[in-house]
Amino acid sequence: MATDKPKLAVHKFSSCDGCQLALLNLGEPLLALPGLVDIVHFAEAGPNSPDETVDISLVEGSVSTPEDIERIQQVRQNSRLLVSIGACATSGGLQALANFADRHAWMASVYTDPENIQVLDSSDPISKHVKVDLQIQGCPVNSGQVIGVLRDLLSGVAPRPEVHSVCMECKRKGVICTMVTKGVPCMGPVTLAGCGALCPAAGRGCYGCYGPAEQLNDRSITDRFEQLGLDAQAVLRRFRFIANSAAGFKTASEGLRGDSDG
Amino acid sequence: MQQSAKIERQPGFLPRSDLQQLLDGIVQSGYQVLGPVVQDGAIQLKAISDATELVKGVSNVQEPGHYRLQQTAGERLFDWNHGPQGLKPLCFAPHEVLWVEQKDPLSFAARLPEVKPTAVLGVRACDLSALAIQDRHFLHAGGADPHYRQRREQLLLIGIDCAHSAASCFCASTGDGPSVNQGYDIGMSELDEGFLVWSGSDKGKAVLERVALTTPQTEQLEQMNSQSEQAAGEQQRKLSKPEELMRLYQRLEHAHWQQVADRCLGCGNCTAVCPTCFCYDTQHEVSLDGQSAQNVRQWDSCFSASHSSMGGFKVRGDILSRYRQWLTHKLAGWQEQQGRIGCTGCGRCITWCPVGIDLTKETDTILWEGSLDE
Repeated sequence: MATDKPKLAVHKFSSCDGCQLALLNLGEPLLALPGLVDIVHFAEAGPNSPDETVDISLVEGSVSTPEDIERIQQVRQNSRLLVSIGACATSGGLQALANFADRHAWMASVYTDPENIQVLDSSDPISKHVKVDLQIQGCPVNSGQVIGVLRDLLSGVAPRPEVHSVCMECKRKGVICTMVTKGVPCMGPVTLAGCGALCPAAGRGCYGCYGPAEQLNDRSITDRFEQLGLDAQAVLRRFRFIANSAAGFKTASEGLRGDSDG
Repeated sequence: MQQSAKIERQPGFLPRSDLQQLLDGIVQSGYQVLGPVVQDGAIQLKAISDATELVKGVSNVQEPGHYRLQQTAGERLFDWNHGPQGLKPLCFAPHEVLWVEQKDPLSFAARLPEVKPTAVLGVRACDLSALAIQDRHFLHAGGADPHYRQRREQLLLIGIDCAHSAASCFCASTGDGPSVNQGYDIGMSELDEGFLVWSGSDKGKAVLERVALTTPQTEQLEQMNSQSEQAAGEQQRKLSKPEELMRLYQRLEHAHWQQVADRCLGCGNCTAVCPTCFCYDTQHEVSLDGQSAQNVRQWDSCFSASHSSMGGFKVRGDILSRYRQWLTHKLAGWQEQQGRIGCTGCGRCITWCPVGIDLTKETDTILWEGSLDE
């Protein structure tokens, strides 16, 4: 059905579908979406026309196979604006942990016929292969942020990126600092806000799912983690987790003494 | 609102067992009561109705990047110093809708908070001073902030002298504590056997008319004063005098700024816990259908990238310049703008800094070590 509405596609690459599910979990606001855009492709929700030309593509997942490369180039060609959403699309995702190891040795140890698996030597963010107009970090993304970005794009204004640390979310919500009151190592000070301080609000340290904050002082937080009793390997794993290949966290972990994974 | 003069004390005595009388008097005067309770390992202000809900026999250890509660042997209710926040969130909300708009037909409406009259029990001298500073900022003549004012006007403040100081406290050197001296409606000092209680305003006086106070013993008054001296004497940290702090402007290229920046995480915790920091950001949140929007204000921090953003350019692009901005503004710039330093010696920025950066030590190093640039 042809309409004048802007066309939207939601594409999936190497990922767990969690960011698409986060969008579907929006509830009521989601019902307004078809009134504003023509959703031509969103396999998790039903529409399945991946090759259509669209105004906005939301892209979930990392590029990790030769087929992914071809497909993302096609998506780029078909999209006026391309927004990568989530840790996989913006930094390579959890699967990028294999970038730090010998993935072929790993595959051989798991699969009986690893030669049947077509995989690139690294899992990379969308931006490594094509021009990305906007990135939204998070694992999964904060669907409110995604909807906010869509609204801004539909209105023709530049979306405002999140700039605070998770600590600011804790303080605004009145969440008591786990690091200061319990000595629990927390990535909050060096992690970008967006999750609503989910883990600290449950009394746990932040895992850094949203990736590096704008000013990343990894040396200082490393020193603090060591003072709180983490050994070198444990400190390394704080950076080398969900957003392991995000620029700041990757550089941070590569400079650490515990870097003997693989 | 000008900082009020020091209140003359005319204390009456309230036995420990009669504290409920005071709470009842406050409630009968139409207030809900926020009192100190332990939650998530820290002293927090929560709604209470009964004196037995109050934290009892607890003191606090506060050091750089470190906060712990400890059991004490005694019955005292106020042997701790303060929790993670002062009065700031009660007046300057961390996140609030300022106004809403509809597109069709176009309309705008202010969204003022609905606030119940609220009494806060156990407010410390540093936080009363900080509130006076925030009042000057948010309620200045001709530009009063209606949201702040709405909340502020509903407060009844019951101040309490500190009988002890935490290691991170330095209010004696800023002249703001450890005893309450202004800005409260009811003042209190805790003794082993009970409380000395006095009014600090007409509102407070009206409440105390409902409470049976007896004439205190001379020894009790002496103990009140000696506790205060003891608390001041316990303070391990101090800040230089205001006129000395103005010299920070001559130390902008001091090598120590970089040493602080090497440790600073740029997370903004110090600004969020500071009871005087007032920076905020407003954002326009448009509904998905584009038919309505709300203007939202939330706490910002001079450690965030957007704070110094002008026309797409970040004036302060690194942690060094952001920390320097925060400290020089707090300790020197405020003197020019507000007639006093923007620090009341509560020490929260020291306690709640994840890496324990120490405002007093960093300031001393920058002021007093190395040579002047001039």
